[in-house]
Amino acid sequence: MYAYPLCELLGIKYPVFQGGMAWVSDAELAAAVSNAGGLGLIAAMNSNGEQLRAQIHRAKKLTDKPFGVNIMLMSPYAAEVARTICEESIPVITTGAGNPSVYMADWLAAGIKVIPVVPSSALARMVERRGACAVVAEGCESGGHVGELTTMALVPQVCDAVDIPVIAAGGIADGRGAAAAFMLGAAGIQMGTRFLTATECNIHPEYKKKILAAKDIDTIVTGRRLGHPVRCLKNAFSRNLAQLEYQNDVSNDELEKLGAGALRKAAVEGDVSGGTVMAGQIAGIVNNELSCAEIIESIISDAEKIISGFGINRRSL
Amino acid sequence: MTIEEITKAIAEYKGVDASEISSEQSFTDMGLDSLDVVDISMNLEDKFGVSIEITPEISNIKALAEYIDARLG
Repeated sequence: MYAYPLCELLGIKYPVFQGGMAWVSDAELAAAVSNAGGLGLIAAMNSNGEQLRAQIHRAKKLTDKPFGVNIMLMSPYAAEVARTICEESIPVITTGAGNPSVYMADWLAAGIKVIPVVPSSALARMVERRGACAVVAEGCESGGHVGELTTMALVPQVCDAVDIPVIAAGGIADGRGAAAAFMLGAAGIQMGTRFLTATECNIHPEYKKKILAAKDIDTIVTGRRLGHPVRCLKNAFSRNLAQLEYQNDVSNDELEKLGAGALRKAAVEGDVSGGTVMAGQIAGIVNNELSCAEIIESIISDAEKIISGFGINRRSL
Repeated sequence: MTIEEITKAIAEYKGVDASEISSEQSFTDMGLDSLDVVDISMNLEDKFGVSIEITPEISNIKALAEYIDARLG
């Protein structure tokens, strides 16, 4: 196994983050990933400070390894949970769905390592200037909220724009994807979809079944009209929403209302036709249920084999 | 003048003439999304040497110029 500078920075064994997924990334999943040597992340999603604190306390009971919190900046409780993580001495946080600049001074003063998820090189430069210790460059292959750029195009451009480590995310679920990310200049990888079918992941079994059965063309992006596009699997809910987005007589408010609570409906209640099943484009190769340790160890071991054997698929002239 | 400098920077960013840019039109109405505004504000940080935190209140060139002027002292 290689030595990874990102691991030294964060006190982890493998350069693998688990994405902060609303209604998915709870204390159990985050602790399992951290126990397996990666960086587990609890998704603060729309939780208030006390709900998040309960999850943090639970994770602390389940692991003595470092784990972090992902803060969704569009949450109405963002400012409250920003304070909670300072009080709970969380060593590292990732941020998503916005610009974290306004909170960064407080987090840095509390000794927290801040790793924003960025969809552009300009935002990467901005957060580096504000003191981020690394960034996650997430391409639009990912599930959930997506930007415009693909991982293939985004990662090398962000790597060129900043001098801090870049973690690649979006479209990675096996050793080939991880190796490709390292080739693009990434210091580590973040995966979401792959962990949806981890044995330690608490989502509804029907949700897991949908992921295991998904193929390459099964995702769709909805919400572009509302300015916050989301990638999810095609089902009755998302096909209907996609159609309504093209209808002028359907207001944005009505669209927003339809989307509210739809992820919880699928992930918690198991209604995988009436709710939204968020997943990335790589869901098609996620076809088994493995422990977090098996996922992380195999992906890094495969990536290292691929990188050291680079050239075996090519004939020299 | 800060307003002129920002107007020039945004005109260059959009590839239009500065005379087509109004200092009171909102960034959104100019067709700039939040990532464009981050990109532009990074260029302006380099130009003015101040840190720029874009908040919802800073929604047009006029407000941004006032913010930058206040930081420049």
